[in-house]
Amino acid sequence: MSTEQSIGQLTQLLQQQFPKAIEGFHDHRGDETILVDRKEILAICQFLKDDERCKMEMMIDLTAVDYINETPRFEVVYHFKSLSLDHRLRLKARVPEDDCHIDSIHALWMAVDWYERECYDMYGITFTHHPNLKRLLMYDEFEGYPLRKDYPVDKQQPRLELREVHERYDYERS
Amino acid sequence: MGIGTQFQDGFMVTKVDSVINWSRKFSLFSYPFVTACCGMEYMAAACSHYDISRFGAEIPRFSPRQADLLFVVGTITHKMAPVLKRIYDQMPDPKWVVAFGACASSGGFYQNYSVVQGIDRIVPVDTYIAGCPPRPEAVLDAIIELQNRIQDHGPTGLTGINPLQEKEAQRLSSVNPQETKEKLLLSRQ
Ligand code: SF4
Repeated sequence: MSTEQSIGQLTQLLQQQFPKAIEGFHDHRGDETILVDRKEILAICQFLKDDERCKMEMMIDLTAVDYINETPRFEVVYHFKSLSLDHRLRLKARVPEDDCHIDSIHALWMAVDWYERECYDMYGITFTHHPNLKRLLMYDEFEGYPLRKDYPVDKQQPRLELREVHERYDYERS
Repeated sequence: MGIGTQFQDGFMVTKVDSVINWSRKFSLFSYPFVTACCGMEYMAAACSHYDISRFGAEIPRFSPRQADLLFVVGTITHKMAPVLKRIYDQMPDPKWVVAFGACASSGGFYQNYSVVQGIDRIVPVDTYIAGCPPRPEAVLDAIIELQNRIQDHGPTGLTGINPLQEKEAQRLSSVNPQETKEKLLLSRQ
């Protein structure tokens, strides 16, 4: 790890604006990543979208990571891009398992609609104030959240009664 | 040389079953249930390069009610399973099912929360095609296999009994591989 940590412009800006909310940051070859407090996510996003120096017009991606052995357990990851200023930023916010929610940013970028639904579907993270938070990929009867690390890797929840199938191959043949 | 010259001063004796099966096997109307990448290979197989109309199976119907051969092409998820079942139920009898590719046959490399481990867990399957995706030749091979089966056994898909599989299992357990191969080749002629 390098000892001197360069601070990107966006990081500096956010540190000025939200000194309490920044929990960590790093900068890899000009790509900045900032870890923020989840309670401030909406305010920070609002700032990123509206401020003249940020102008993040585009919400590229939202996903989550399950760090099963850590607390807080989940990390929601946002990617933004400014088309007019041509820079981008990654935001992360930790979400604990027992209080598994974070504010929706749907009011700012409508594009985030299905990302948040997918994230809810796969990880069970609730996005408060999302207008239509229901499962996106899995069916409604599905129990549990399949991309959580403690979901058994091959556990299936069929919707139909499955037929009995005989062994297709006779391995003892030769 | 038309059929007229062949039977000029004679006649032919056959069974009604045999004639019906013969006409069935050369007029397969397929319904392609395409859900994933195997679909590209299905398209290749159905195009003029491979001339699937040699086998009388060149017309895809895009309504299951007009089809008697269901091609399940690609990965079937548990979310999709009821749809597949419904499509199958809508097809008029007699009907046959081909599992096209590794995913449809066994789930392929997806052993996870979402993928059905072989469509035979949902609908009865007559022929499996191996490969990820299968070559068009394999598809033609499966059609020939299915035609043989229709000729020999008629609409077996209805009863759920699978005499062909039984026969094959007997053959494989008793004879040596070379002989099996010869028999297989013979049965295709
Ligand atoms: S068998 Fe391979 S090519 Fe076919 S649907 Fe599955 S992954 Fe795709």
